[in-house]
Parts: sequence; structure tokens; C-alpha cells
Amino acid sequence: MNRIELTRNRFIKGACKSRYPQLSVFIVMLAGYIFAIFAGLLGTPVGSHNFSIVFVWIAWWAILILLAVPFFGRGWCAVCPIPLPGEWLQRGAILTPPDERPRWLNLRVPKIFRNIWLQNISFLLLVLFSSVLLTTPNITGIVLAVMLFAAIGLSMIFERRAFCRYLCPVGGFIGLYSQTAPIELRIKDKQVCVKCEGKPCYNGSSAGYGCPWDVFPGGLSRNTYCGLCMECIRTCPHDNIAINLRPFSADLVKPSTRMDEAFKAFIMLGSAMIYAGILLGPWGMLKDAAYRVGSSAWFIYAMIFLAIIFVVLPGFFILGNLNTRSVLPLKHRFASLSTALIPLGLMFWVAFSLSFVLTNASYILAALSDPLGLGWNLFGTANVTWQPLLTAMLAPAQTLALVGGLIWSACTAQKAANEVEVSSIPVIVYCFIATSIMLWLLL
Amino acid sequence: MNTRFSPLLLVMAGLVVAVVPLPVPPIAPQARTFRIYAEQYAYSPSQVHVNPGDTVTIQLVSADVVHGLYVDGYDVSIEADPGQSSTLTFIADKPGSLRFRCNVTCGAMHPFMIGRLIVGTNSWLYRSIGLAFLAIVGVLLLSSQGNRNKVYEPNRTYP
Repeated sequence: MNRIELTRNRFIKGACKSRYPQLSVFIVMLAGYIFAIFAGLLGTPVGSHNFSIVFVWIAWWAILILLAVPFFGRGWCAVCPIPLPGEWLQRGAILTPPDERPRWLNLRVPKIFRNIWLQNISFLLLVLFSSVLLTTPNITGIVLAVMLFAAIGLSMIFERRAFCRYLCPVGGFIGLYSQTAPIELRIKDKQVCVKCEGKPCYNGSSAGYGCPWDVFPGGLSRNTYCGLCMECIRTCPHDNIAINLRPFSADLVKPSTRMDEAFKAFIMLGSAMIYAGILLGPWGMLKDAAYRVGSSAWFIYAMIFLAIIFVVLPGFFILGNLNTRSVLPLKHRFASLSTALIPLGLMFWVAFSLSFVLTNASYILAALSDPLGLGWNLFGTANVTWQPLLTAMLAPAQTLALVGGLIWSACTAQKAANEVEVSSIPVIVYCFIATSIMLWLLL
Repeated sequence: MNTRFSPLLLVMAGLVVAVVPLPVPPIAPQARTFRIYAEQYAYSPSQVHVNPGDTVTIQLVSADVVHGLYVDGYDVSIEADPGQSSTLTFIADKPGSLRFRCNVTCGAMHPFMIGRLIVGTNSWLYRSIGLAFLAIVGVLLLSSQGNRNKVYEPNRTYP
């Protein structure tokens, strides 16, 4: 299947080029985000009745992992409100074209940080404290505020969207999984970019800003670091940039050899499995250890968590591939073959989230009418009682997601193994074992 | 195996794994009573095994705050005040692994206060693992057939 250029459609093209549709979504999102911070800090401490918990960790999470990431890749990043205040301050403008004078420090991010290791660390920090974060409104409020102010602070120091590109805990995994999405932003003709003077898509022009994600669109071959902000569509003087519909996981045909991305795949896979065990399992002792942050049980939990992600999962993966004959170094093979874990990890998160979201979705209606838990009844739904949804469909849907993810991963493993000229069987067996464990945890 | 029929055979095998009834020795239904203690944020015992058709009585005893017990799939529930017990009786006529969970907000980790009710064998788990195994066999089989069917072209440049 070839690409279908969506931006050939005049309506889609117009919506991408104009700043107003995106700005209106941004404003709604930013208002919701700021309200979530206030609700977390000032609303009821009962998580299941507080807007911040219900709308961030149930409604937003459901939309993100079940819809936005699988089908739109970095579609969420295109409307995420977190970088906005910092970006507006950095530019000194909201809609007007940039002036020549750089605002604030406008430094380049040091080379040592130009990878996703910081995003891996920030994600792990959230995950290790997640039992508290997911259930305590004021902690959620504080974390949301910290992310907003971190984005503002980094915009004052560094050029472009340094927070999104190098620190955002969510952006890291969205980028990884966006490679599987059936949508992409790419150039139409490489020669046009080669001959283009000034490269306004990267450097900016009177038509718009240089790529906020620090990506030269002419060299884009993967979705990972393109935030779908649409600036390059606005600035390209040759109309050489398109949004395409494409086959799923088209980016995974050429596997990445980066270790930060390889470990991101293990972090995401391992976190989904550990979450399934701790949050959805019947083991009270594990829940207690995960919740009592700072206790000795929590430190043991954190150590085991990190050991599973950084030692056990990659260790068995390497062991499975030690005996394969290849002229390529083990590090290269490890990174390339870990590409197979990307679809599997995404579907692990889908299967986990189905259980979590369907069980708790009925809180959304109640929180909509009484977002702060103060006894309001704005839309007459405050007294909707808790009821799990679609429980009969849950297990088949999870099996479908996990077995589908395994097939998807096995096919990806074969392509990656062809690239590095080794057998795909150890990776496929590894994926099968991981899937069986996840099935056992969820079903 | 004929290439054209391989996907069809795999789908048929998948259907067999997914839906064909497993041989289960007949066990006469009986009345079973469980005393389950609820304490933030766990049940004890946290897993309950019964046979299909059993009449299950659960005595829920709360050790700290008000807790509830809702059984997924059966849509039945009870609540117990601190230090008190409540009783729930139902017929376990839906085989498989189901979750029971607290349905009274009992603290921060309330949404994750979960136990398991296993009625008979958890056959859906075994079927799912069987489907997963069949899936990877299918991928390997179809890809090996695909490789075999590639015709060598002497004038073509291979990568």
C-alpha cells in the first residue's frame, strides 16, 4: 500500500496551514489543563471524585493510549497545552510571525542531552510514584504544575521546544509508538528541499517559526521526533510537505540502532507488565509496597521494578540473541531487534488500559457535574453510580489486543532480523513468553 | 502445506482453540462459604476458587473502614462497616476468572482493591495462550512459505 496524501484535500490543508483551528483547540486544552491543576490542589482529596484524577488518568489516558497514539501517532503532541505558555513567552508572540531578535537565552541543548535518556528517567520517576500519583489529586495537581513550569523554564533557557523533545515523560513513549501509527508528516520531493534556500522549515520565515521540535523536515524518515505541530507546512515556500496516510508501523521497516530508544521499548514493555500485576492483580502486599512511598517496602519495590526493566527483560533478550551469528556488534543487534518490542509494548498498554479504563469510566460523568467534589450537580450526572462497563467484552478484547500485538511484533521481528542478518526466532519466542505472562496477569 | 490453504487452516485451528469446549469432569454443585477480610487495600483471601454451579456465600468482614465487594460479570455486591460483616450469596454459573473489587470509596488506592474469583478452570487464559502460540507458528509458517515461493531471477540485483 502506498501513501495517500491527506493534505491534497483542501479542507485538511487549510486546517493545517491556518493557525486558528489549532489555536482554538490549544486554548480549550490549556484551560482544561489549568483547571486540572486547580482541581487537584483545591478539590476533594477523593481521587475518584476529583476532575484532575478522573479526567487526566482515566479520560485523557483512554483517549491517548486507545485512540490517539495507535491511530494518530504524535497527534496528541499537536494539541498538547504544556509547551504553550513557554513557547509564547519564548517567541514573544502567539500568532504573529517571528521577529529577528532572539528572545531570552535561546541556547542550544547540550549534545549530551540530545537523546531520550532524560525522557526515560522522567517517565520512570512518574511510574515509580504512580500509585500515589494516580490516586492522590494534589500530587497530580503538583506534577501537572511542575511539568508546565518546567516547560516554561526550559523555553526561557533553550531554543525551540526543549521540554517536549528531551524531557517530557509522555512525549518519549508517544514518539516511540508513533512509529506504528498510520499517519506521517513527510516531504514530497527531496530535490526540492536540497535546492531550497534558507531552509525556512527549520530556520523559520515571515510565514512561521522554524521547527519547534528541532527537526529538519527534509531529513524526516521516522515519526519519532516530529510533533505534528504543522509549522513546516506553514513555512515551506514550495508546498513540499504533506500529511500522509500510510500502512501501520511503516517506520519499523528500518529499525533504529539507538540505545536510548531500545531501552525505551523495554521500559514501556516492563512498566505495562508490572502495572498489570500491581494495580490489577489480587496481591495486596504489592499494592501496599507501591503506595507507601519512602518506606523500606517501597524501596524494595523500586529496586525490583528497575531490576526487571534494566536487567531481567534486556538480559533475557540479549541471552536469546547471543548465539546468533552476525558480523554486527551485539549492541547494534540488540538495539535493532528491540524494535520488535514496540508494537508489543503498545498493545500491552492497550490491553492494560482497557481493563483500567472500562472499570473506572463511569466516574467521568460524575466528575463532569461535580469536578471539585464540592457537591455540585452542573449537568445532573453527579449522582451516577459507579459501574464497570462492558465486563463481558473485556477478556476477549484483551486477548485480541495481546495476540494481535504478538503477531505484529513477530512480523516486525522478522524485518528487523533480516536487516541485521540474524534469526528472528529468539525474539519471537521472547515476545511469546512476555505475551503469555501478560495474559496470565490480565485474564 | 499448500500455500493457499495455510491461512485458512490457521484460522480454523484458531477457531478450534478459541471455542471448542474443553473436557471437564462433572462435579456436583455444592454450597460453599468464604469469609473474606477486607483491609485497605486488599482482600484476604484474595483469590477464591469454586466449581461451576456452586452456590457461593461470601461473608465480607471489614477490618478498618467501610469496604464493599462487587463481583464483575455477576453484578452483585455487598458493603461491610468497620468491624462488621455482610453476607452475599449467588450461584457461580459463569466459568472463568473474574475480578471482585471494592465498590465503596475506601481511600486512595480504592480503585485497585481487587481480588479474583475463579469459577472452574480459567479456560480463557489457556485458550488465549494457545491462540498466541498458534499465532507465532502461523507467522513463521507463512513467512517460510513466502521465502520458498520467491523465484530467483538471475538478472535482478539482490540487496
